Amino acid sequence: MVPIAKMVGSNRIVQGTGIVHVLGDASLPPEEEKELRRKTVLQAIEALKSEAPSK
Amino acid sequence: MQIVHYLNQFFGGLGGEEVADAPPEVRDGAVGPGRLLERVLGEGSQVVKTIVCGDNYAAENPDILKAFVLKEVAACKADLFVAGPCFEAGRYGAVAGALCVDVGTEIGIPAVTGMALENPGVDLYRQKLYIVDSGESVSAMEATLIKMTAIAAKLASGQEMGAPTEEHYIPRGILRDGFVDKSAAERMVEMLYAKTQGQAFESELTVTTFPSVPAPAPVIDMTKARVAIVTDGGLVPQGNPDNIAHTAATTWGSYDISKVSDLKGEDYEVAHRGYDTRYVCQDPDRLVPVDVMRDLENEGVIGKVHEEFISTSGLANPLANSRRLGQEIAKKLKESGVDAVVLTSA
Repeated sequence: MVPIAKMVGSNRIVQGTGIVHVLGDASLPPEEEKELRRKTVLQAIEALKSEAPSK
Repeated sequence: MQIVHYLNQFFGGLGGEEVADAPPEVRDGAVGPGRLLERVLGEGSQVVKTIVCGDNYAAENPDILKAFVLKEVAACKADLFVAGPCFEAGRYGAVAGALCVDVGTEIGIPAVTGMALENPGVDLYRQKLYIVDSGESVSAMEATLIKMTAIAAKLASGQEMGAPTEEHYIPRGILRDGFVDKSAAERMVEMLYAKTQGQAFESELTVTTFPSVPAPAPVIDMTKARVAIVTDGGLVPQGNPDNIAHTAATTWGSYDISKVSDLKGEDYEVAHRGYDTRYVCQDPDRLVPVDVMRDLENEGVIGKVHEEFISTSGLANPLANSRRLGQEIAKKLKESGVDAVVLTSA
């Protein structure tokens, strides 16, 4: 839940696919779902490499 | 009044952290701050028993301590139970709060404690107890005991308790009807006027605030970084070996994934009652993405996936408790040489 992460002052936030499968999407075929998960994790890795503003 | 007093190992005179695993013991009469407590209460009141227990023992064996305390309080037919004050000592505060609740509900005598606002015991028990705001400094011992005994006297005699600011206890979040001279509109305009004039005013509704968190520096070279996965979505191995609570978890667990490159639903369960966990139970990688992280490790995008993932349940958790969990997890990860964390949240 991004608004909560923002409220408590998290500095690097990546939006997931949803509360019940934040790193996936149960409606997708397994291959595509893993690809989606990879994209989200890579976004997180990018965020870790980037300068973040203090909130 | 006959009083039973609870103290931790430090205030009970046993020693510091080195004896924090001391089991509970009972002494006749007052010990340490208990002597001051007797003086504050005046003639006719005495501390009949003092129970002293190490903070670690108390935190790790709450049921044993509870039974011990209830037995002693019942045996000497005490009229009042006093715990602490605990100031900023977190384990002490949490235990003192729990014992006060237990004594109040199971024996039915007044129980009072005191601690600093930042003590995790406050968020855990302020709704159930009268907790005096002791501040952080132990030098406020006497002032705190005076406030605690005033509250105890009111509770014992069945007098109506005043507002938190009058009686010096931490607000319990109770709304009570009362008569006021001015309507809400008038009060609001007065507050607004005071605010624009730079004058002091007291809000009737206090909002939780979050301190600003400095952003950790970027990871310079991800291809050499040890990356850990942490989640507050409650993924745990089948059988929930650390008994992580589904709601308001007070603990976290660390679980080996060193030989795993894809999490299987049959090996895990979810300790979290705040979301529909079926999808994660089907495929835990949807919460703890070991499969993708392992691929990225093999491809050299990241240096290493940390051998364990850490999990707790982030549901309906008091803020102070969540902070403690976060601090403990961060400490453990730092000690393990982790450079970066991907924290997944439901």
